[in-house]
Amino acid sequence: MSRGSLKEAAAPVARPTNRAAGFQRTSSKRIALPLEHDATEEIMSIQMGPSHPASHGTIKFNLKLDGELVVDCDVEVGYLHRAFEKMTEQGTWTQVIPYTDRLNYVSPLINNVGYALAVEKLCGIRVPERCEVIRVIMSEISRVTDHLTCLGMAANEVGAMTAGFLMIEAREALWDIVEAVTGARLTVSYTRIGGVTRDFSPDIPDRVHGALKNVRAILADCDKLLTRNRIFYERMADVGVISAEDAISFGLTGPLLRSCGVNYDVRKAQPYSGYERFDFDVPLGTKGDNYDRFLCRVNEIEQSMHIIEQALQALRPGPVCIDDPRFVLPPKQRVYNSIEGLMHHFKLIMEGAKVPRGEAYQAVEGANGELGFYVVSDGSGRPYRVRVRPPCFLGMAALGDMLKGYMLADIIPTFGMINMIGGECDR
Amino acid sequence: MAKGGARVGLTPEELIAQAQASFGDRIRAAHHDCGDATVVISREEALGIFASLRDQPPFRFNFLIDVTAVDYLGRDPRFEVVYHLYSLPQNHRLRVKIGVPESEPWVHSLVPLWKAANWLEREVWDMFGIRFLGHPDPRRILMYEEFVGHPLRKDYPVNKRQPLEPERDPIDVGWKFNV
Repeated sequence: MSRGSLKEAAAPVARPTNRAAGFQRTSSKRIALPLEHDATEEIMSIQMGPSHPASHGTIKFNLKLDGELVVDCDVEVGYLHRAFEKMTEQGTWTQVIPYTDRLNYVSPLINNVGYALAVEKLCGIRVPERCEVIRVIMSEISRVTDHLTCLGMAANEVGAMTAGFLMIEAREALWDIVEAVTGARLTVSYTRIGGVTRDFSPDIPDRVHGALKNVRAILADCDKLLTRNRIFYERMADVGVISAEDAISFGLTGPLLRSCGVNYDVRKAQPYSGYERFDFDVPLGTKGDNYDRFLCRVNEIEQSMHIIEQALQALRPGPVCIDDPRFVLPPKQRVYNSIEGLMHHFKLIMEGAKVPRGEAYQAVEGANGELGFYVVSDGSGRPYRVRVRPPCFLGMAALGDMLKGYMLADIIPTFGMINMIGGECDR
Repeated sequence: MAKGGARVGLTPEELIAQAQASFGDRIRAAHHDCGDATVVISREEALGIFASLRDQPPFRFNFLIDVTAVDYLGRDPRFEVVYHLYSLPQNHRLRVKIGVPESEPWVHSLVPLWKAANWLEREVWDMFGIRFLGHPDPRRILMYEEFVGHPLRKDYPVNKRQPLEPERDPIDVGWKFNV
């Protein structure tokens, strides 16, 4: 049973060595640099991008090639820079939340949660339990959609178009739920300082269970299509290898780091939003190549769905926002029918919630790794500084080293497995 | 790992006490507001302190999580370069800050210690105009080379526009290949 085989790999933290039975994993496909023969005269400079059909995201590789061998690679980012950090300083603390949607726009809910948690840390707010559980559910749904997008696109780019579209179909089932809960598919702006915008409607748990069933069925198909697929395996295995020491030195986190066998997951190491209450494994790779990154992500999807099911069980009735007029808008009934309510609303909208002077750093486990928000307040209603620690920016920093010594065609799967999201990388 | 079985590192208070015991006067200030251990050091002594923080047993900060800066316009020193460190073996975090005056905006580069510093420091140079001495590749990263000024400085107007530059040949920008 194919679904069983996915789960099997998730349960032990290490990846079974003979996972793709029958294939010998060669020691490495990397060619040692510098080359022994004097190749400098044949070196060719090529620009790849910034708008290359196989790179989803605007990015440029300045390459030095010896034949098809990548001798040197300079990665150029910044094409999607929209001055996120500058814009956050222009509005109130709450007005930053729509900007955070546009960081990693494949999993915007995790950005919302991360930012809200950072500001709440500064204010000393602890949100109600129901809100925590809802944030966990929505974060994990986003993680699944993010991984599905990454894997689907990566599969698509190495020729497995069927698997790619199947994964997009699975993502669609989850985005329907995101839409039902938040009112939007991408630009969700779901969290607020001290809570979330609206509660689940009563039918959401059933719909989530239904969607997870769909996702599992589709993943089982994709497992058959990809995991033991000879072409896919040969394109992914032993390509883009990075050692654990290098990965740590480059500050890689998330699936990129865990594929090297380093056990670091913010949800486990420094739990936030009540993650310590849920039981889940952290899938680890061994080789640090693209195939391990693929397996880590596939297994993380299953773990995320496991968390969602536990969280739905743990969902108890209760408020989804703190009861604190300094941060939370009054109910519309009061705004329209009393002068106090109207003034309260007006003050919060125009001046913003006052956040105490100070600084705080809050990390959450984004789909690509540690997503950190460093917020500085001068005590007014506007952020003095909001810094995002983007996980895929550091992944892109390591990409040049990951590509050296491989073939030109290996750029595509390696770049796909970094899962660079322009909005987050360039901000 | 069992449910809720996170490794417990030093608490912020203990971490600051350890830092003060190890570095003495070289820790200029410290606080643990909001539960984040923070120390302030001077830029001249930064490289030695960071090397100890990375390697010495009570700290072992093997991750350079983030490098950024904050512009406190009107204060002296005007800039603060902010480093976030994380220790995987000890599971604790530390924030290190260095004050940088407006007249001489430089700090030492941490590229010899962590590879992550390379792009993070390029971004701080790009956005704040703070030089990193000894950086192997001090180009802009998010903005283009022709861009004038450093946009995250508080005195850079948010609505300022700059003319579009014609496309340039990337081979000629002076980037050296390591062949």
